Parts: sequence; C-alpha cells; structure tokens
Amino acid sequence: METLLEVKNLIKHFGSVEAVNGISFKIPRGRCLGLLGPNGAGKTTTIEIMEGITEASSGEIFYKGKPQDASFRQEAGIQFQATSLQEFLTVKETLNMFHQLYQQSKTIDELIEMCALEDILDRDTRQLSGGQRQRLLLALALVNDPEIVFLDEPTTGLDPQSRRNFWNLIDGIKERGKTIVLTTHYMDEAYTLCDEILIVDKGKIIAEGTPRDLLEKHFNESIVRLPTDVTENMESQADLAITNKNGWSEIRTDDVEKTIRQLQKQNVSLARMEIRKWNLEDLFIELTGKDLRN
Amino acid sequence: MKQFIAVLHARNLEFLRDRAALSWNLILPLLLVLGFAVLFSDENRAVYKVGYVGELTQYEQLDFFTTKYLEFVRFDSRDKAIAKVDSHRVDLVINLNPTPVYWINSTSPKGYIVEKMLWGSEGQGKFTRQEVHGEEIRYVDWIVPGILGLNIMFSCLFGVGYVIVRYRKSGFLKRLKATPLTPIKFLLAQMISRLILIQAITVIVYTGCDFFLDFQMKGSYVNLFLLSTLGSISMIALGLLVAARMKSEEFAGGILNMITWPMMILSGVWFSLEGTPELIQLFAQTMPLTHMVNGARAIMTEGAGLFDIAREFTILGIMSVVFLFIGASIFRWE
Repeated sequence: METLLEVKNLIKHFGSVEAVNGISFKIPRGRCLGLLGPNGAGKTTTIEIMEGITEASSGEIFYKGKPQDASFRQEAGIQFQATSLQEFLTVKETLNMFHQLYQQSKTIDELIEMCALEDILDRDTRQLSGGQRQRLLLALALVNDPEIVFLDEPTTGLDPQSRRNFWNLIDGIKERGKTIVLTTHYMDEAYTLCDEILIVDKGKIIAEGTPRDLLEKHFNESIVRLPTDVTENMESQADLAITNKNGWSEIRTDDVEKTIRQLQKQNVSLARMEIRKWNLEDLFIELTGKDLRN
Repeated sequence: MKQFIAVLHARNLEFLRDRAALSWNLILPLLLVLGFAVLFSDENRAVYKVGYVGELTQYEQLDFFTTKYLEFVRFDSRDKAIAKVDSHRVDLVINLNPTPVYWINSTSPKGYIVEKMLWGSEGQGKFTRQEVHGEEIRYVDWIVPGILGLNIMFSCLFGVGYVIVRYRKSGFLKRLKATPLTPIKFLLAQMISRLILIQAITVIVYTGCDFFLDFQMKGSYVNLFLLSTLGSISMIALGLLVAARMKSEEFAGGILNMITWPMMILSGVWFSLEGTPELIQLFAQTMPLTHMVNGARAIMTEGAGLFDIAREFTILGIMSVVFLFIGASIFRWE
C-alpha cells in the first residue's frame, strides 16, 4: 500500500524537556492511524509537527515521498484539541470564511450534509453544544477536501451519544478513502476507528500494530472477575493469579473453564462473575504501568 | 484576493455585531464632545495669555513681563503668533525687532484688558498697535479634532492590538496558521477592516456633533479625511506592532494603556502644549496622535491646506511604514 506520510526520527525539545524522542513511522494512504498515550506522552506534539504547526528540533517528514512543504496545507485537514472561532459569526458564515481560504474545496452543501450541520447553520458558533461544535470543527477540517485529516482528541468531553455520532462521521470520512491520524484517550474509540495504533509514552513509540494484533501479541489470556467479598473467603488462592482492584478480584487465565472449575471446587459464588478479554487499556497499563487518562 | 476578502468580511461582521463595542465607539466621543461643549461654554480662564516672538532675554527688560496672572508663550514665527491672536487662542502678541509692535484682536475682550495692562506698564506710545479681526475659536471648536483623534486612537490600538492578542490566546490564530492564509494577508485584512469601520464611525460622530454644535470648519473635508485616514493607519500599525507576538491579554492591555495614556494627556487633545516644558513638547512629537490632532486642528480652525500640514503628513506616513514593517516582520501566529 502506498505510503502517504512518513515520519523519520522526529525529535522535539522544549527546553530541557524531551517531548518527542526519535519517533519514526509510516502512514499508508486510506488508513486510520491512532496515536495513544497519556497526557504529556508527546502525541499532540507529534501530530502538530506532522501538521506543520510546530517545528521539530530534528527529524524529517515526507508527504507523498517528498519533504513536506507549504503546499501541504492545501491538502491537509486539521482539527485541533481546542480551537476558538471568530466570534459573532454563524455556523454557515464560519464555513464560508474557511471555504474561501483554500484553492480546492468541497461545496458548502456537501460539508453540511457530511457533518450533519443542517439544523444549526444559522446559529452563533458561541451557542453550540460540545457535539455540535466538534461537528463544525470537523467540517472546517474537511473544507478543502483533504487527502489527510488530523483529528486531535476530537471526542474528549463529549457525552457517549455524541461520541458515537462523531464516530459515525469519521467512518463516513474513512469510506471516502481519506487518510486519518487520530489521537485519543479512549480505547474503545481507537479500537473501533483505527486500522493501526501507535502507543506513545515519554516521547517514544512503545508498541505498534493493528488493535487485534497488539492484543494477540501481548495477551492470549482472559480475565475472570469476581467481587472481592466472594473471593476473600477462599481456602486457597495458590494456583490462581489474583489481583485485587477497586473491590474486584481479577484472575488472569488462559483456560477459563479450568479456572471456573477451581472456583466451584472452593464453593465460590459465581452469581456476579464476569469474563472479559484483554482490551487496549489493559495493554497500556501492562506496557507503561500507567492509566491512560493520567 | 478571496482569502483577504473572506477574513476582512468576517472581521467586519464580528465588529458590527458586537453591539456593545460598536455603541461605545459611537457614543463615547459624542458624549465627550457634548460634555466639553457644555462645561466650557462660558469659559473664563483666570490667566491671560501673551505671546512673544524670539528669545525671552530680549523682553526681560520690560516691566510688563513681570505682571502677575499673565502667561507668556514663546513663538518662533511672527505669523504663527499672529494667527493665534486672530483665533483668540492668545490675547496679545509682542514683537520687539525690528521695531516694538503688538497685535490684538479687536473683537477680543481679553485682548482689550491685556492691552490696557501693557500701556500701564510700558506707556501707550512705546509700541505700534496692530489689529486683527478673526472670529473667536470656541473651546469646543478647538477640542473636536482632539476628541475625534482620541477616539481613532483607542479604536485602532485596542480594536486591532487587543483583538489580535485575544485571537492568539484563544487559539484562533493557530487555527488560521493551519490554513494556507499568509500572515500578511491576515494583517492587511485586520487593518483594512478597522480602517473602514473607524473612518465610517468618525464621519458619523463628526456629523452628529456638528449637527448639535455647528463647529468651525475652515478647511477642506477631503484634506481632513485624508489626514484622519493616515492617522488611523499609523495607529493601526502601532496596534499591530504591540500585538505582533504578545499572548497575554492582561499584558497587552497594560502596554496599550502605557501607550494611550501619555498620548491622551500630552498630545494636545485637551490643552495647547505651547508654554509647556521643552522636554514635554519633544516627547509629544514622538506620538502619532500629536501630529494627527495638530493637522486636523490646523485644517478645521485655520483652514490649512495639504501643503501647510505636509510635516504632519510626512511624520504620520513615516511612523505608519516603520510600525507596519517591524510589526509584520516580527509577527507570529502563536
């Protein structure tokens, strides 16, 4: 698959702080790449260097095989983590203004339909809800019909329904063959939307691959969960790998049936038992020892 | 070009829809002019003003120059001094060389009194008497150019400087940086937007004040408009310079106040700088408002033409170019 964007040995210092420390990766055309990491991991700095907003201390970025230049801005769509818009303008006026800034652009009607803005076109941008605002910002990122779209934590702070709606919009962009770079705190979001994931910590990539490959590579176990009050009276825990956390006992196992038989043997009530597979959040904690939202 | 027009249009809409700011831009100068017209309608200054041409040492021998309650103002040029008597801004002017002569305005009651004082001190026949007959310039006629200039100054400095810093702090400039818009197009759009709006507001305020007060306008409206346009450009350019890199609204507000307060007090808006210490007069020359107000006052109260105010035009032009060049050179989106 053709590489659309390539990052080579990216380094960024802020004074003595090393925000990005030698990151390299490639993004194939039409794929959605997720950058995961806790606050301060370097993912926003990385994405802003890729966008051309922040200058790298060293390293190279190639777009369509050539060093990135000023023309990149005509072909990139960007949604920042936090953006303020010009005040006293309506949604439609804001779209019109950004529409005029590019040589090539989608029609306003297409953008309105794509980002479901029909009902809020005449509303002052200061009066939008969180979800409506993110939809408008997404429309602004798509106004130039970009080859590549950067979305920096686009659903942070949204309610679950708005997040789901936003995912549908991103799915729509993927179906149009756009390349997407997404940073997020949410593992379910990364798992649902991203074709490939880079887990970043302390400015370095610590794991990469498709969500499924990453989990399979690191875990072939399941987790059996029981409330702590039912496991604390067990006679023997010797052959079960139990960890207690937030009122729950978690047992890691590669043979769920065998574990259940062991629990039954010790007369443990299974009425509130949960069994789940490892997820990306578990993987992150496993790799870094940190919670993703820290 | 379409990028420039898009940003210009958006900024115009933002300004026109911000009703509070718009009202303030219109109402404040109107209230100031009307307020001063009422307050100084029956002006009764305790001190009489006497002008002299040349060095003070020539005049120290005269007893008249020791008279209490007289303020003595030096003029380099005899014609300038006579023009002041003509417009009642000075009550009497004396010149010793080549022959002792004085000028008074035949319609000025204060000139009549000062003339009697001169005769009392020096004798009636020692000086040749010359009369001028110009119409009195009311304080309101004199102060209108200053207040209009003041409004232009505040609107341009805060409306451009402060707004750009707010855009930067809120991340709007960062969002624009991510587009193909160049800094120069963005800055030009901000500049032209403010220029159009402040000129429209100035015309409205001028017309409104004139309707109530019927103040003097001896010169050309075209010249006055050209001068206020150049003055506005110099103020906007100064605003851009202040906002070129600053990220804190509080700090920007402090810097803008530091610039506007001295201009407000020392640019000759409220009182003439004649007779003030030389250092203050020199300092006032560094301020664009001084030149804008001097030029506008010369056009309105003396009927000065473009040639007469070429100095003000030149200085404002140089200031505009210098401020703009430095501001655009050091501008950063973030």
